[in-house]
Amino acid sequence: MPKSLTPRLMDLKNEIEGYARTFGLDFFEQVFEVLTTEELNMVAAYGGFPTRYPHWRWGMEYEQLSKSSEYGLSKIYELVINNDPCFAYLLEANAEVDQKLVMAHVYGHNDFFKNNFTFKFTNRKMVDEMANHATRIRRWIDKLGVEKIEEFIDVALSLENLIDQHAPHIKRNPDPRVAEQQQNVRAEGFKVAKDYMRPYVNPVEFIEKERKKLEEEKKQSKKFPERPQRDVLAFLLDEAPMEDWEREILSIVREEAYYFAPQAQTKIMNEGWASYWHSTIMTTRALRDHEILDYADHHAGTMAMQQGKLNPYKVGIELFRDIEDRWNKGRFGKDWDECDDLRVRRSWDKKLGGGREKIFEVRKHYNDVTFIDAFLTPEFAIEQKLFTFNFNDKKNTWEIATREFKKVKNKLLQSLTNFGQPVIDVVDANFENKGELVLSHKHDGVDLDPGYAKETLKNLQAIWRRPVGIITKAEGKSIMMRHDGTTFTEKKVEL
Amino acid sequence: MGLRIDQDHTRFKAIVRGKIKQNLRKYVQQGEMLGKKGKEFISIPVPFIDVPRFKHGSRQGGVGQGDGDPGDQIGQGQPQPGDGSGKAGEGEGQHVLEVDISLDELAQILSEELQLPNIENKGNDKIVTSRIKYTGINTIGPQSLRHFKRTFKEALKRQIATGTYDPSNPVIIPRKQDQRYRTYRLESLPQTNAVIIYMMDVSGSMGDEQKEIVRIESFWLDTWLRNQYKGLETRFIIHDAVAREVDRDTFFHTRESGGTMISSAYKLCRDIIKAEYPAASWNIYPFHFSDGDNWSADDTRTCIELLKTDILTDVNQFAYGQVESPYGSGQFIKDLREHLGDHAKVALSEVTDKDAIYGSIKDFLGKGR
Repeated sequence: MPKSLTPRLMDLKNEIEGYARTFGLDFFEQVFEVLTTEELNMVAAYGGFPTRYPHWRWGMEYEQLSKSSEYGLSKIYELVINNDPCFAYLLEANAEVDQKLVMAHVYGHNDFFKNNFTFKFTNRKMVDEMANHATRIRRWIDKLGVEKIEEFIDVALSLENLIDQHAPHIKRNPDPRVAEQQQNVRAEGFKVAKDYMRPYVNPVEFIEKERKKLEEEKKQSKKFPERPQRDVLAFLLDEAPMEDWEREILSIVREEAYYFAPQAQTKIMNEGWASYWHSTIMTTRALRDHEILDYADHHAGTMAMQQGKLNPYKVGIELFRDIEDRWNKGRFGKDWDECDDLRVRRSWDKKLGGGREKIFEVRKHYNDVTFIDAFLTPEFAIEQKLFTFNFNDKKNTWEIATREFKKVKNKLLQSLTNFGQPVIDVVDANFENKGELVLSHKHDGVDLDPGYAKETLKNLQAIWRRPVGIITKAEGKSIMMRHDGTTFTEKKVEL
Repeated sequence: MGLRIDQDHTRFKAIVRGKIKQNLRKYVQQGEMLGKKGKEFISIPVPFIDVPRFKHGSRQGGVGQGDGDPGDQIGQGQPQPGDGSGKAGEGEGQHVLEVDISLDELAQILSEELQLPNIENKGNDKIVTSRIKYTGINTIGPQSLRHFKRTFKEALKRQIATGTYDPSNPVIIPRKQDQRYRTYRLESLPQTNAVIIYMMDVSGSMGDEQKEIVRIESFWLDTWLRNQYKGLETRFIIHDAVAREVDRDTFFHTRESGGTMISSAYKLCRDIIKAEYPAASWNIYPFHFSDGDNWSADDTRTCIELLKTDILTDVNQFAYGQVESPYGSGQFIKDLREHLGDHAKVALSEVTDKDAIYGSIKDFLGKGR
């Protein structure tokens, strides 16, 4: 079980922490624990939290992690979780230089967790919260049996990604003033040719009756929800006819999904920032002569570009360095943008020296989407050899499509937005006045996987109880997939 | 040492094996099991359960990094953008699911799931053999286990770092702290006396495809069992209307045709057992594969008699695998099931196509049967 640091590691920790502080990193209290490979695999399988509720999927993760570490395919060096205090796990078998590198890396993450805006509303006592979740779910298991509970967790997990990924802390309620305005209906009565005839053609009682009738109609035809709701899970929690235990489990799944969302939103930045700092701390302070080769080897391994894959560590660290360099030299702003003399550009250096300050600012106010949007330059894309790839149906292989900057950037942004997950809203919870739930998929050029969609709808139906459907496109045509619990249908719809 | 996760792990494995939660069974995805790559490489089976979600259809492309011109092919199985996001915390744990490993390693992995049922220590020689397995590298150890390459590599590293390495005069002198030694562990292997008798129907009704399936299945059974049980003996019998014993190579490559008398094979099997493998000191496992088309009902009765009176009394398990064939009636497995279906020592399995081989092997050797 977790061991606290040996005196030697404690010394290293204090040393690295000192460097991190002098560089201006601002972090939560840092706790390191030392684990064996099996234990580290276990904690990683639990998503970093040793106290999760029982579920087979942790076992699945564990199987993958332990098999791949057993056969030397991949190895987890470190694990850090967003919490106050910040917990990080070290691998017992690591060499000292690796431990130092990992520690420096962890302080980068810790600083990022504490300061980046996307993490601002995450629960910083998540270790405790996870344990509470586990207790609550165990209690239901004791009461209702493991099969029943686990089956429902499976259903809930299948809907886990239906949250509002980019706005974890905003819960949008309809503006009451707008709602009221929409409710005012004017009853006109019959058309009259002459004004003086009005009281005779449309007596007050008649108008009043008419108004009430209209209001009633309006109420009935009113869409519910009034506007599309992205947070499908919240909608289900509010509106679906669930048992208490189902509601509780679904809300746990939702809460955990929101907790992890910022990490997926800032993968490139977070890894880039941590790598920037392990590199800076190690190469300027912490490395001893005899450790240089091992350090370089390990660092290069982490930064390696695998053919065809985008390495978030590499892109992140290089982009932070690029920003630092540009702001040091004043390569930004109107003058820089408008200068098209290559010679001038190449030797452009206003010696502003504001680079370090700038990247601290960037790590606070950006997420991956805005980070790439604001700072990815054509020069950078060329240097990092970025390209887009597509599937060639004729040759049945993946191949490089283009290196054109605009397309690369667009594709990258597109894949980061909503993390490449389909964007789905609840649009109607009373479809055709039959209490059917309808979701809408914002089609951005890629179809939903029909097999998965069918099974997911079935799970959604299990929660909503009434038939459910999703409006999407398949092969260019608008369709509605619908599941009523027993049968699945698909039909074309006119929008 | 037990870890807290063992409970979840066991449960996951039970789902994959189809023991519990049948509703999840359809989401289980098997890694390509028999996919041979190159000469003897293959991908590790890492089963996983894919919980359905709304997600994009595959092949949507993305952004990558590296050399190459437009139109150049890039590696298979590109990671889909957004894969795995929203999951797990931080960490460098890249989930690589495929790896090249050798047959031996594959056999080892499968040994976690498969084993000979009811194997017992039999015979006089209950010797526990041990062998040395090199497991790692250490900084101390006996000179005889010195790892030269690693030692010199360490020395080289040290010399480069301290600036004493001269490329024009590349002399490397290891010091004490550079020494690296192999470490080992003693592994004990219980010696077991076991014999596997493979029988295959090679009659005319067995088409090429059926024979192919039998060969693949017995090949894998043989590979795993050999790896798993040292000193395992194997015998091979082929039969049409008459049976004869052949060597391994012939078994896997022969092509014959003719009628079918299954009893002929069982008689030969019985004779071999009586003559060479007394049940008191041997674990005996006959495997028989056929398309289930026997010559006559009489012969089938003879077979069942043979099994009941002679073979089943001596063996640990009798396994019969029936391959689906367009010509065969497939009656034989039904007869066996009727007369011997409840027998603890009988394992029956129907193999419909190549994909069913893995399941069939599990039927024969899966734990708890």
